[in-house]
Amino acid sequence: MSKDNQILEEFTSKEYEHGWNIDIEADQAPKGLNEDIVRFISAKKEEPEWLLEWRLKAFRAWTKMKEPKWANVKFPDINYQDIIYYSAPKQKVKPKSLNEVDPELLETFKKLGISLEEQKRLTGVAVDAVLDSVSVATTFKDKLAEMGIIFCSFSEAVREHPELVKKYIGSVVPTSDNYFAALNSAVFSDGSFCYIPKGVRCPMELSTYFRINAANTGQFERTLIVAEEGSYVSYLEGCTAPQRDENQLHAAVVEIYAKKDAEVKYSTVQNWYPGDKEGKGGIYNFVTKRGICAGDNSKISWTQVETGSSITWKYPSCILKGDNSIGEFYSVAVTNNRQQADTGTKMIHIGKNTKSRIVSKGVSAGYSQNSYRGQVKVMKRADGARNFSQCDSLLMGDKCGAHTFPYIDIENKSAQIEHEATTSKIGEDQIFYCTQRGIDEEKAVALIVNGYCKEVLNQLPMEFAVEAQKLLALTLEGSVG
Amino acid sequence: MLSIKNLHASIEGKEILKGINLEVKPGEVHAIMGPNGSGKSTLASVLAGREEYEVTAGEVDYLGQDLLDLAPEERAREGVFLAFQYPVEIPGVSTTNFLKTALNQVREHKGLEPLDAVSFLTMMKEKMKLVEIDQALLSRSLNEGFSGGEKKRNEIFQMAMLEPKLSILDETDSGLDIDALRIVANGVNKLKTKDNATIVVTHYQRLLDYIVPDYVHVLYKGKIVKSGSKELALELEEKGYDWIKEEADTTTA
Repeated sequence: MSKDNQILEEFTSKEYEHGWNIDIEADQAPKGLNEDIVRFISAKKEEPEWLLEWRLKAFRAWTKMKEPKWANVKFPDINYQDIIYYSAPKQKVKPKSLNEVDPELLETFKKLGISLEEQKRLTGVAVDAVLDSVSVATTFKDKLAEMGIIFCSFSEAVREHPELVKKYIGSVVPTSDNYFAALNSAVFSDGSFCYIPKGVRCPMELSTYFRINAANTGQFERTLIVAEEGSYVSYLEGCTAPQRDENQLHAAVVEIYAKKDAEVKYSTVQNWYPGDKEGKGGIYNFVTKRGICAGDNSKISWTQVETGSSITWKYPSCILKGDNSIGEFYSVAVTNNRQQADTGTKMIHIGKNTKSRIVSKGVSAGYSQNSYRGQVKVMKRADGARNFSQCDSLLMGDKCGAHTFPYIDIENKSAQIEHEATTSKIGEDQIFYCTQRGIDEEKAVALIVNGYCKEVLNQLPMEFAVEAQKLLALTLEGSVG
Repeated sequence: MLSIKNLHASIEGKEILKGINLEVKPGEVHAIMGPNGSGKSTLASVLAGREEYEVTAGEVDYLGQDLLDLAPEERAREGVFLAFQYPVEIPGVSTTNFLKTALNQVREHKGLEPLDAVSFLTMMKEKMKLVEIDQALLSRSLNEGFSGGEKKRNEIFQMAMLEPKLSILDETDSGLDIDALRIVANGVNKLKTKDNATIVVTHYQRLLDYIVPDYVHVLYKGKIVKSGSKELALELEEKGYDWIKEEADTTTA
C-alpha cells in the first residue's frame, strides 16, 4: 500500500483527529471582559500607548454594538463574561531562536504535522505557528528577510515595525466594522504579519497555523498582509482545536492590502473541532476577512475549504477600488451532523473595469445547515464592472438543508452580472455506478464530492489540496448508508 | 459459473421477475432477448445488486458463493461486471481517476499491491486500443457530455480494465450507430476467453450479428419462455415477438 493511501486510510477511519490537547502551563487573564482586561492584554504584550488607545476605542464601540442575528444559524446566547480572553503558553524566557522554544510546544505542532524545525526544509513553506493566543515560532524568517519580506508574529511586528502596523491596521476592517471585528480589535493577542516589498515575488508559500489548546479560552488573532506595488504572495492558513464539550469562540480578523499590480492569494483549510454527532461542543468560527485592491490592476484571491467548526460565520471579501482590479472567491463548505455554516463573500466594485468571480460549493450531510450568502455591489463610477457567480449545493440525505442568499446591488448600468445556482443530490445511481466497479460506498462519496469540488480544490497549492481532499472524506465519514 | 434458480424479484411491491432459471458456464455467451418490459434490465440489475430491487424468492450461485448475499462492490470485486444501459455522469472525476480507484480496490480485494502510475498508464494504453477510445476522452469528467457511442465504448473500456469473469451487457447496442456498434462488439469479442462468460441483454438481433451467442433466451413477463441456439435470434428478427407471446400466453392460460 502506498504511503498516500495509508494516510488516506487512516484519515477516513477516524473521527476528528486533532481532538487531543497537551498540558502546557498557561499564563491566563481572569475570565470576563472589561477595560481592565484590554489594558491587561496590552500590558502583557508590552504595547505602545497608541495601540492600547486603538484597542480601547474598539472596546468602547463593541459595548455599544449588538451581536448580529441575521445569519442563518442558531446557537444559545454567548456569555462574553465567561470567556478567558488571553491565554499564553508559559515559557520561562522569551525564545530568541527555535532552539529555545519549549520542546513540548514543538511537539504539539509536530503532532499536527507542522515542522517548525528549519533544518528540515522539506516543505518549502514558511510557517508562523499560533497556539492559543500567541505566536510560538516563525520559520524561514532570515531567508525571507534577505528579500525584504517581513513575516513574523503580529506582536513582533508591533515591536519591530510599528510604523507599518500603525499605518495599515484597521485600514481594511475598521475597529467598529462589525461586532466580532470590534471584539477582536479590543482583545486580539497575536497573529501574523506579512509585508512584501515593491516588485518582490515571495518565493515560498507563507503559512500560519492556528491551534486552540487551552479550555474556556477564545482565540482572537489578527492577520495583516501588505503587498506593495507589483509584489506577489501566496498565503496559507490552517486551524485545528482539541475536542471539548463546551463551545469555544474564535473571532479572527484578516486584512489584506494590495497596491498597484500586486497579487495576493489567500488559502484557508479550516478544520476547527466541529462538535460531536449530537452537536455538543465545537468552535464558533466568527471571522472577518477582507482585502482591498487599492491599486490599479491588483488582484486578491480567496480560496477556502471549510470543514470544521460547529458554526461558521465568515465572508472573505474584496473591495475592488483600483481600476482593472480583480477579486476572486473560491469556496468549499462542508457540513455534517449538527454543523451550521453561513458563509460567502462580498465583492464591492468601485474602480473601472473591475472583475470578480465567485465559485461556491456547499456540501451538506447529516442534520447540518449550509448557507451561501454573498453580495455583489457595483458602485456608480465602476464602469465596465463584471461579475460571475456560481453557487452549487450538494445534499446528502434528507435531513440537511442548503440555502442560497445572493444580494445584487447595481448602481452602474454598464455592469455585467452573471449568477448561476444549482442544487443537486448525490444520486443512488452515482453511488451504484461506483460500487458496481468495486469501489466501496465511503470512497464513492469521497470521489463524487471531490469531483464536485474540483474547481475550488484546483485553486489550492498542491500540498494543501491533498490535505483538503482527505479532510472532505473525513468530514463526510458515516454520512451514507 | 452462474446458476440462477427460480429467481423472483420485485420493485415497489410489483413483481417483475417471476421465476428465472439460467445456467451459465465459463466461456459461454448467453443472449437474453425479449419485448420491452419483459424484465431483461431487471435481471441485469438484480445480478449486479441494485438495491431498489427486492429478491423475494430463489437463489443465485456464483462460483460457489451465494451472489445475493454479497454487496454490489463485493460482487464487482469477485468479477461481476455490468455494462450500464445508461452510464452515469460523475462531474469532476475523470475516467482515469475513477478506474484507478476501482482497479486498486479490486486488486486490494485480491491481495495485490495497488498499481503504480506507470503500470496503470501502460495497462490503459493497451486496453484503449481494444475499443478505439481516445486518451483525451479518459481525462474528461466521467460520461459528462459524452455521446451515446462514447459512453458505451467507455463501458467496454472499463470492462477491459477490470477483467471481469462474468460480464453483463445491458442493452449495450441501444443508441449506437452501426460503426460504434461494430467497435463495441469487437471489443467484447477480443475480451472473450475460455474462462469468462458474457450475458448480452438486448432487444434487437443486430448486436448478435457481431457478438455471436451460444444460447439465446427469450424473456417474457418475467420468465424465460423459450431458449435455443443463435438461430432463435434470427427467427425473432424475422417474425417479431408476437408468436412467442401467443405461445407463452396459451400455455399459462
